[in-house]
Amino acid sequence: MTVGLEHFLILSAILFSIGLYGALAKRNAVVILMSIEIMLNAVNIAMVAFWRYGHLITGQVFAIFIMVVAAAEAAVGLAIIISIYRSRETVDVEKIDLMKW
Amino acid sequence: MEVAFWILAVISVASALAVVFLRHIFRAALFLVLCFFAIAGIYATLNADFLAAAQVLIYVGAIAVLIIFAIMLTRETQQGSPSGRFRLIAFLVGAMFLVTMILVVTGTDWQVITEAPTEPTTSSLAQALFSREEGFVLPFEIVAALLLAAVIGAIALVREK
Amino acid sequence: MPSGVPLAIFLLPFFSFIVISFVIRPFLNSKPQLSGYITITSIGTSLILSLWVLAEVSSAPGHMLSMPDYEWLVIGDTVIRFGVTVDALAAIMLIVVTSVSLLVQVYSQGYMHGDPGYSRYFAFMSLFTAFMLGLVLADNLIILYVFWEGVGLCSYLLIGFWFHRPAAARAATKAFIVTRIGDFGFLAAILFLYFKTGTFDIGELHHLALAGAIGGTVLTWAAIGVFSGAIGKSAQFPLHTWLPDAMEGPTPVSALIHAATMVAAGIYLVARMFPIFASSLTAVTTVAAIGGFTAIFAATMGLVMNDIKRVLAYSTISQLGYMMLGLGVVGIGVANDAISLEVGLGLGVAVGIFHLFNHAFFKSLLFLGAGSVNHATGTFDIREMGGLRKVMPWTYATFLIASLSIVGIWPLAGFWSKEGILDHAWDHQTALFFLAMITVFMTAFYMFRLVFLTFAGEYRGGNAGHGGASAHAPSLRESPLMMVAPMGLLAILAVISGWLPVSSFLGGKSESFFGALAHPMAWVSMVLAGLGILLAYALYSARWLSVESLRRRFAPLHTLFSRKYWFDELYERVIVVRVLVDGIFALLNWFDTRIVDGVVNGVAGGTIAAGRVIRRLETGQLQVYGIAIFIGVLAIVACFLIFG
Repeated sequence: MTVGLEHFLILSAILFSIGLYGALAKRNAVVILMSIEIMLNAVNIAMVAFWRYGHLITGQVFAIFIMVVAAAEAAVGLAIIISIYRSRETVDVEKIDLMKW
Repeated sequence: MEVAFWILAVISVASALAVVFLRHIFRAALFLVLCFFAIAGIYATLNADFLAAAQVLIYVGAIAVLIIFAIMLTRETQQGSPSGRFRLIAFLVGAMFLVTMILVVTGTDWQVITEAPTEPTTSSLAQALFSREEGFVLPFEIVAALLLAAVIGAIALVREK
Repeated sequence: MPSGVPLAIFLLPFFSFIVISFVIRPFLNSKPQLSGYITITSIGTSLILSLWVLAEVSSAPGHMLSMPDYEWLVIGDTVIRFGVTVDALAAIMLIVVTSVSLLVQVYSQGYMHGDPGYSRYFAFMSLFTAFMLGLVLADNLIILYVFWEGVGLCSYLLIGFWFHRPAAARAATKAFIVTRIGDFGFLAAILFLYFKTGTFDIGELHHLALAGAIGGTVLTWAAIGVFSGAIGKSAQFPLHTWLPDAMEGPTPVSALIHAATMVAAGIYLVARMFPIFASSLTAVTTVAAIGGFTAIFAATMGLVMNDIKRVLAYSTISQLGYMMLGLGVVGIGVANDAISLEVGLGLGVAVGIFHLFNHAFFKSLLFLGAGSVNHATGTFDIREMGGLRKVMPWTYATFLIASLSIVGIWPLAGFWSKEGILDHAWDHQTALFFLAMITVFMTAFYMFRLVFLTFAGEYRGGNAGHGGASAHAPSLRESPLMMVAPMGLLAILAVISGWLPVSSFLGGKSESFFGALAHPMAWVSMVLAGLGILLAYALYSARWLSVESLRRRFAPLHTLFSRKYWFDELYERVIVVRVLVDGIFALLNWFDTRIVDGVVNGVAGGTIAAGRVIRRLETGQLQVYGIAIFIGVLAIVACFLIFG
C-alpha cells in the first residue's frame, strides 16, 4: 500500500483531533495553547499534502500564512496568559471565568 | 519515503499524545518540540523543502522557546497539567470529529497527481507570494502588519504597570 | 357654467372652516364675530352659486350636467375617480342645504351671541355644511361615504358642543355610535357592490342595476345594506334613539341637523340610489315598511313628550318616515311594474325629496322658534311656558305657520308633498297608507299641543311652583331681529315652498293650486288633521276635556309612549349591558386576559424560566464554548454526510 494523499490527510485529522481534545480538556492555559499549535500544524500538513498531490502552490502559501498567524497568536496568547497569571495567580482556565454571566 | 512517512507519522502522533496526556508540563513542552520536528520531517517527505526549514525555524526555534518561557514564568510546573471537568465530553467530541474526518477523507474521490514536484519549492513559492499577477502581495503585507501588531500587543500586555 | 362652480359650492364653506380654525381661533380670538361673518359670507355665496347651478340644470337636457371627473386613487387595476354629479336631485339638495344653513347661521349670530365657543361653533357649522354639500355632489360611493362619515363626525362635534355638560357628551357619543351601526351596513354594501360589479361610480351602478346585470339577491342585500346606513343617519326605527337625545346641542344645530344636513343625508342616499332600490321588490318593501312604521311609531312618542325640542325631534323622525314611505311605495310600484321605469325613477325621487324640501323649511323654522322661546324663557319644558303669544308675536306667528305646514293644511307647503306620499301609498301599499293616515291625525295633535301649551293661556314659568306666577316676567321679550328675520324668511318659505315646481323638476308631477282640492284624499287627510287640532284645542286650550282623566284612562299607553317604548332601556340595559358587556365584552375580556395576555405572559414567563435554565450554560468557560462549537461543526458535517 503506497502512501497517498489520504494517509497525510488522516494523519492530519488524527493530530487535529488530539489537539482538539487537548484544547478542550486541559486546564492549564499553556497546555491549551500547545494543543492549539498542534491543531495548526495538523492543518498545515493537510495544506502541504494538497500542494504535493494537486500541485497547487496556494497550499504552501497558506501554510506559510498559517505559520505566521500561529506565531503571532502564540506571542499574544502567551502574553495574555502571563498577564492573567500576574493578576489572578493562576492559569487554570476553570478558575478564569471572567465571561461568566 | 514510505518508511520515512510511517516512522514520522508514528512519532508525531505519539508525541502529540504525550503533549496532551502527560501531567508534567515541561515534558509535554519537550514532546511538543519533538512533534514539531516530526512534522518538519513530514514536510520533507512531501518535497516541501522550504516549509520544512521554516517549520524548524519558526516552531522549534521560536514558538517552542516562547512556550517554555511561558511555562517558567507562570511557575505552574509543580501543579502539572490536569484534565478538566469536560474531559469525557472533549474526548467524545474529538473522537467523533476524527471519525467524521476519516469518513470524509476516505469517502472522497480525490483527483491526485502522483508524481512529485521535483524542483526546489523556494523560488516557485516566492513567485506565488510576490508575483504581480495572482500574487499574494497584499496578504503578505497585511500579515507583516499583523506580526507587528502582535509584537506590540504582546509587549503592551505583559509590560509592568 | 364653469365646471368649477359645483366644486366651489362645496369648497367655500370648507375654506370658511379652515380660516376660522387656523386663522381666527389662534390669532384673532378677540374678534369672534369675524367667524360668523365669514361663515355667512361663504354659505351665502354657496347659495348664490347653487341657484346658478339650479338654473343651469333646469335648462340642461335631461336635467343633467356632465362634469369632468378626475383620477383620485389608483390601486392596482382599481381606479377611483372623483367628480361631481349635478342633476336635478343634487341641485335641489344644494338649494335646501345652503339656504337652510344660511338662515340658521344668521339666526345663530343672535342665539350664540357671547358664547365662549362662538368661533368653534361656526367652524363646525361651516364644516358640517361643507360635508353635506360634498355628500350631495359626490358621484361615487367612496367619496360619498367619506362625506357621509364627515357629516356624522360634525353632528357628533355639534351635539356635544357644550361638552362640559355630561348629558351633551353622552348624547353626542350616542348619536355617533348609533349611526355608526347603520354605517357599518352601508360600508359593507359599498364593498359588496364593488366586489360584484367592480365600480364605485353611482351612475354606472345604476346602469348595471337597471340593465339587470347585478343579480337579484346581490341587489337586495346591497340595497338593504345601503338602507341600513340611511336608517342610522335618518333616525329610522330601530336606530331612531339618537335623534331625540341630540337635542343637547345648541338649538340652531338641531335645526340644521333636522332640516338640511344630517338626517337629510339618509333620505338623499336612498333617493340617490333609487334605481338600485327600485330593482328589488324586497328592498323597496323594506324601505316603505320601515318608513311607514317609523312615521306612526315616532308620532306616538311625540304625543306625550314635555320637552318642546323632543316633540319636534319625534316629529322629525315621523316626517322622515313619511319620506322613506314615499320613496318606498313608489319603488314598490316600479318593482311591481305598476309604474313604468322611466316615469317611476323620477317620480320616486320627486315624492320623497319634495317632502324633504318642504320639511327642511318648516322644520328648521320650528326649531328656530323653539330656540327663540328658549331664548326668552330659558327652558324647553312646555309645562313651564304658556301665554307667550302676547310677548313673542313674531315667534308665535311663524311657529303657527310652520305647524300648519307640517300638519299639511292647504295651501301650505307640507300639504303638497304629504298628499303625494299618501296618494302613492294608497295606490301601492294600502296597509301603510292607513298607518300614514293615523299619523296625520297624531301629527296634528302633538303639533298643536305644542302650540297651545307654549303660546296660549297664561305663563306658567318662573315662580309658578310657588304660587307667585307672573304673566309678564321681565325677562320675557321677543328675540332680537337677527333671530326673528331668518324665522320670517323661513315662514315665507314654509308657505310657498310647496308651490314651487320642485316635484315636476325632479321628475314627478305638480298639482295645480286649486286642483289639489278636488282630490277626496286631500279632504280626508285635512279633516283628520283638523280633528287632531280640535282634540289638542279641547284638551289644552279650552280644557273641555281633562288631560289628567284622559291620561289615567290610557295609563298603560301613556307610560309606553312616554318611556319611548323602553327602547333606550332595551338598548342600554339589555343589548349593551346584557349582550355586549356581560356577554360579548366579558367573553372578549376573558379571551383578552386569559388567552391574549396569557400567551404574552406565558411567552415572557417561559422566556424567563428558560433563561434561568439556559444561563447556566453560559459558564464563562471557554472550553464549554469550544465543545459547543465543535458539536455544531459535527452536526453540520453530519447533515452534509446524511442529506448532501
